[in-house]
Amino acid sequence: MVDVAKLRQIAPPRRPFSIRSLPGFTAIAIVCFVLLYAPLLPLVVYSFNAGTSLAFWEGFSLRWYVAAWENDSVQDATILSLIIAVTAAVTATTLATMAALGTTRTKPYKGLTAIYAMINQPLMVPEIVTAVALLILFASIKAATNYHGLAYLIAAHTAFCIPFAYLPIRARLEGMDLSLETAAADLYATPWRTFRRVTLPLLWPGILAGAMLAFVISLDDVVITEFVKSAGQDTLPTYMLGQLRRAITPEVNAISSVLLAVSVVMVTIFFFLNRRMR
Amino acid sequence: MAKAKAIGAAAARQHGSVGDVAAVTAANVTKTFGSGDDGVVALDDVSVSIRQNEFFTLLGPSGCGKTTLLRLIAGFELPTQGDILLEGEPIGHLPPYQRPVNTVFQSYALFPHMTVSENIGFGLQMLGKPQAEVASEVERMLALVRMEALAKRRVDQLSGGQQQRVALARALAPHPKVLLLDEPLSALDLKLRKEMQIELKHLQGETGITFIFVTHDQEEALTMSDRVAVMDNGKILQVGPPREIYDHPADRFVANFIGETNFLTAELTSLSKSGGRVKLPSGKTVAVTLADGEFSEGQVTVVIRPEHARLTKAKSKTTLTGVLRNIVYIGTDTHYHLRLPGDTPFIVRTQNQRDTQESYQQGDELGIEISANAVQVLRD
Repeated sequence: MVDVAKLRQIAPPRRPFSIRSLPGFTAIAIVCFVLLYAPLLPLVVYSFNAGTSLAFWEGFSLRWYVAAWENDSVQDATILSLIIAVTAAVTATTLATMAALGTTRTKPYKGLTAIYAMINQPLMVPEIVTAVALLILFASIKAATNYHGLAYLIAAHTAFCIPFAYLPIRARLEGMDLSLETAAADLYATPWRTFRRVTLPLLWPGILAGAMLAFVISLDDVVITEFVKSAGQDTLPTYMLGQLRRAITPEVNAISSVLLAVSVVMVTIFFFLNRRMR
Repeated sequence: MAKAKAIGAAAARQHGSVGDVAAVTAANVTKTFGSGDDGVVALDDVSVSIRQNEFFTLLGPSGCGKTTLLRLIAGFELPTQGDILLEGEPIGHLPPYQRPVNTVFQSYALFPHMTVSENIGFGLQMLGKPQAEVASEVERMLALVRMEALAKRRVDQLSGGQQQRVALARALAPHPKVLLLDEPLSALDLKLRKEMQIELKHLQGETGITFIFVTHDQEEALTMSDRVAVMDNGKILQVGPPREIYDHPADRFVANFIGETNFLTAELTSLSKSGGRVKLPSGKTVAVTLADGEFSEGQVTVVIRPEHARLTKAKSKTTLTGVLRNIVYIGTDTHYHLRLPGDTPFIVRTQNQRDTQESYQQGDELGIEISANAVQVLRD
């Protein structure tokens, strides 16, 4: 008979490798989460402050939410932000979907890697460089055409949103079983109908993810917007930046808290949508 | 291209049975992947004709080209040279959605965002059939594969065997002229696989559709097929009914790939129209059958199936003699591993009877009797 107890002493049963067993794992994880989320807490708490201070608690009140809601500048900036974000997200997602199909549903061709790099370039180039470049380009166009409308901001936002929309869509396409499209073709579906009936329905979660990401990215952009905007075109972030130069009140906290709530709600909706469509 | 078509048409006429044209003909088909030095030849000048209403199996190890041939017939690949003919019409250049041919995929490839019924009706819908006709045909297919109760289920809620049936129904619903099956049973467990083998054969009879089945499982091929094509290295080595492939393998690869067999070197001493005689290493001379091809007297390789040999203790008069090395009991049979003079291995298989004692021992020198007509000369 084999003495199991003795055997265990010599060679303890081997546990599969787990990163959680490394020393310090828990501590590092906690520090990261605290750094990420702790600053948000006072922001949200002081948005409910009855006083004007960001440091002394003077009781609970919704006055800053009311103030922000009744502030015409905030209303205008919100509407502008939404118009730009929705237009830019829809345009960028459409272009990104076409780009993702063009880079995954074709036979690999020469220069494909270069195209990947070019699509993702806005992630790499410092935003301030793009902002200055656009400022110079648009300034000359503005001078030549005398057009000072929203198109500049929408074009700029669309451009930097494309890679954010592209990445989840491409990931979804690459994870999709190619034999599904082969099967559709085998069952008499033309390439267009294969796309409409099989590829697109299965791609929806990726497209939605891309669109939401693009929307959020556009919504909180400051640098490029600040450089490109014409006079009077304030989005919510550039308006808030402007406020910081003056006396700062919990009204900014209130606006920030609403933006935070919007993004949390969007991520949650997306999470459940994605789970249902799987 | 034009030349290939002409050859193909001729081949279709030549190979088809009298009065009707072959269901599918591959005419001198070559398929190369990549080009230059990196190019891989997947199919090397393959010609074969598959008859109407036939259960035809492409059998071979992985990488032999069997799946490539199937994909060429389906239209997922285009031939580098040669052409594919469907009922005599060249279709090698048509996209898959214009070929009246459907496929059951190895991974099933069911559409995950559709129900069982929607999957089955997809092909008919794409053909533009009216709703009522699609619905009634879907009903008929559900009944055919006994899946009526699960019509409204999503496909990811089905078991492997059920998905298999849906894939089959989806491919049969548009009434293709030819059904292509790409190792569809390989993901099923043994018992289910055996059931599906019988069911597939039954379905083929019932629908009257030509089935082209790809597998690497020789037993599966022998069980279901009307004819089998054994493939290796991008070439078809032998085509014939299962019994012919098993009893009269043409070359070493076919003999080895299908079932177990014994190889012996012998000398062909005389030739006649139907066969010949060979002198075995033991000095005894026996009658043999010959594979297709040209033969001349001299050294040849012969094969003898283990079940066509018997052991006996009287070794003076038998065709071969050997020393018993190993006895392997496998339930239905016992395998006796022997060594002939010259250290050639030889296996004899005996069906077990109940309550019989093992009468041989390791180290015994035994005689081996060979059944009449059991020796086959190979082509190589």
